[in-house]
Amino acid sequence: MSGDLAVQVRGLRKAFEDVVAVDGLDLEVGTGEIMGLVGPDGAGKTTTLRMLCGILLPDAGEVRVAGHDAVRDPEEVKARIGYVPQRFSLHRDLTVNENIAYLADLYTVPPGTWTARREELLEITQMAPFRDRLAAALSGGMRQKLSLICALIHRPQVLLLDEPTTGVDPLSRRDFWQILYDLPRQGVTMLLCTPYMDEAARCNRVAFLHQGQILRQDTPAALRESIHSRIFEVRCRPQHLAREMLKRLPLVEGVEVFGDRLHVTLRPEAAPAEAWRALREAGVGELAPREVEPSLEDVFVAMGGEVENRKSEVGNGEDGESGGTGVSPILPSGEPPPPRTGETPVPPGGK
Amino acid sequence: MALAVEVSNLVKRFGDFTAVDGISFSVSKGEVFGFLGPNGAGKSTTIRMLCGLLLPTSGEARIAEHDIYRETELIRRSIGYMPQFFSLYPDLTVRENIEFYAGMYEVPRARARERVEELSGRLGLEGLLDRMTRTLSTGWRQRAALATALVHQPPLAFLDEPTSGVDPVTRRQFWEFIDDLAREGTTVFVTTHVMDEAEHCTRLVIMHDGAIIAEGTPEEMRTRYVQNMVEVQAAPLWEALEALQASPLVREAALFGDALHVQLREEVVDPAEAVRQALGEAGVAVEAAECIPPTMEDVFVALARGGEEAVREASP
Repeated sequence: MSGDLAVQVRGLRKAFEDVVAVDGLDLEVGTGEIMGLVGPDGAGKTTTLRMLCGILLPDAGEVRVAGHDAVRDPEEVKARIGYVPQRFSLHRDLTVNENIAYLADLYTVPPGTWTARREELLEITQMAPFRDRLAAALSGGMRQKLSLICALIHRPQVLLLDEPTTGVDPLSRRDFWQILYDLPRQGVTMLLCTPYMDEAARCNRVAFLHQGQILRQDTPAALRESIHSRIFEVRCRPQHLAREMLKRLPLVEGVEVFGDRLHVTLRPEAAPAEAWRALREAGVGELAPREVEPSLEDVFVAMGGEVENRKSEVGNGEDGESGGTGVSPILPSGEPPPPRTGETPVPPGGK
Repeated sequence: MALAVEVSNLVKRFGDFTAVDGISFSVSKGEVFGFLGPNGAGKSTTIRMLCGLLLPTSGEARIAEHDIYRETELIRRSIGYMPQFFSLYPDLTVRENIEFYAGMYEVPRARARERVEELSGRLGLEGLLDRMTRTLSTGWRQRAALATALVHQPPLAFLDEPTSGVDPVTRRQFWEFIDDLAREGTTVFVTTHVMDEAEHCTRLVIMHDGAIIAEGTPEEMRTRYVQNMVEVQAAPLWEALEALQASPLVREAALFGDALHVQLREEVVDPAEAVRQALGEAGVAVEAAECIPPTMEDVFVALARGGEEAVREASP
């Protein structure tokens, strides 16, 4: 396998009883890359990350992380990765400093070497003033920073992050990203699950996961360019009538409310003037429709629609490739919630 | 106009710590009222007081025209509350959870069954009513939690980060549902950390360190508080970010999607030109730098940072 790849996954598969959570997944992440993993709820993102960490055994497939086989040598992998889980999983009754020391010890980092690293990380996360505070008394944003410090204390080559900013306010989210954004320069590779498409847009590449498979992966720019539908911003009064009316038009793919504006997605072949005429005829008026660039969120929504269409074409259960389970892209795949015991930040087990 | 929420000088102290420091605001019936602020600003404490779950230290509040001290029982019947953390019984099915809440609110049995059908239809939960709640993924649990909070058709709904952790498609559907609820007459009091979502609100307040530091419609928020915003495309982006953060003319520079949003100081007359110049001096290639109206996230960050600075200046 190539030495330039920090993560290499082939044919990865995992089922929980009769529910297939990850279904033949292929993924490659280059060293120093930031790779975003996005997809509907229950698409298999967390299960995938947990297998990459070596804390969950796949049913089939190959996983190499940081040059080691996650199935055969999970301890080698664990020593070279950092993992920031979705839920805060550090010790609430330990202080910031104590949590860091505990993790450094679990990772068997020699005591003399990690204190400097700790100071550096406390400095860049602006957590130094809170070093003696109990984790239980930290705000949500500070807890996530502490999780990040603990995941970086042993200088991992690969950092895996599972929705690290969910429930974190915009200010803390900015600070958190300022830290993440600096890591590739230090040679750290990142694989990140996120429900926020503005975060996905910061990744070098983004993979869309659906029912345990990757539907498409590309740079954010290429993904945006792949949208052929045109999106217009309009202002209408009253807005809810305009929304209802537009939704009924066959040339309209979707309508989203953005405060006092609507974002109207027209089918690629549609003539925009037709839609605006319909608005005027319905008496809701329209003010200066303005074409807007599709965002990564529009790509996400379009991917969901694509899956729906494909499904209705192939019928139920006929499509071996995509699973064909007849489940809509936003329906739960039934991926069971990960057991709590697995939420610890994967220190290597043996010494 | 009739008020759904009326708050005056509300204070909550826990020992020496003042979580809510004399806030006043009101919410009219039928509004979608956005209650924003950084983690730890006092939002959830305020909501718990308004729901009659936590007694204030001092101040006044009326919820659905009931007094927060003397009529907590009446308040609880008039409101729906969807807490930030999972509020459902994991070992009950979705239907059992909704019916359990209906029972607590003394909704007659026949009516409760109707409501289960209505809400599951509108929230897309039909196929999942008999699933154990613990087997649902986040987005579906959040829908189920919303259904339990609304089963008794409260005139006022408190939703504490209802979209936390849900995917973009589900998030859009949630907000469409909230818009519909409001149009049908339900007042919605909602918190979120996703600033795009704040655009759906009729009015917003931003809380910081127990106090309200800004208030207005989304439009007012975007125009009132932040000027001199520039969007920058440059390569390499991190070099541009570093150069701009080091410039004395820059108040804030941050990643925004795959671009940078840069707020220049008030005295800068031509912000876009100032950015180009700063990047030119640092030897970073600028692809684009143009003045833009601030996004809600820019506004939030500017106000919250301003709040932090004010706090730092005030403390010895």
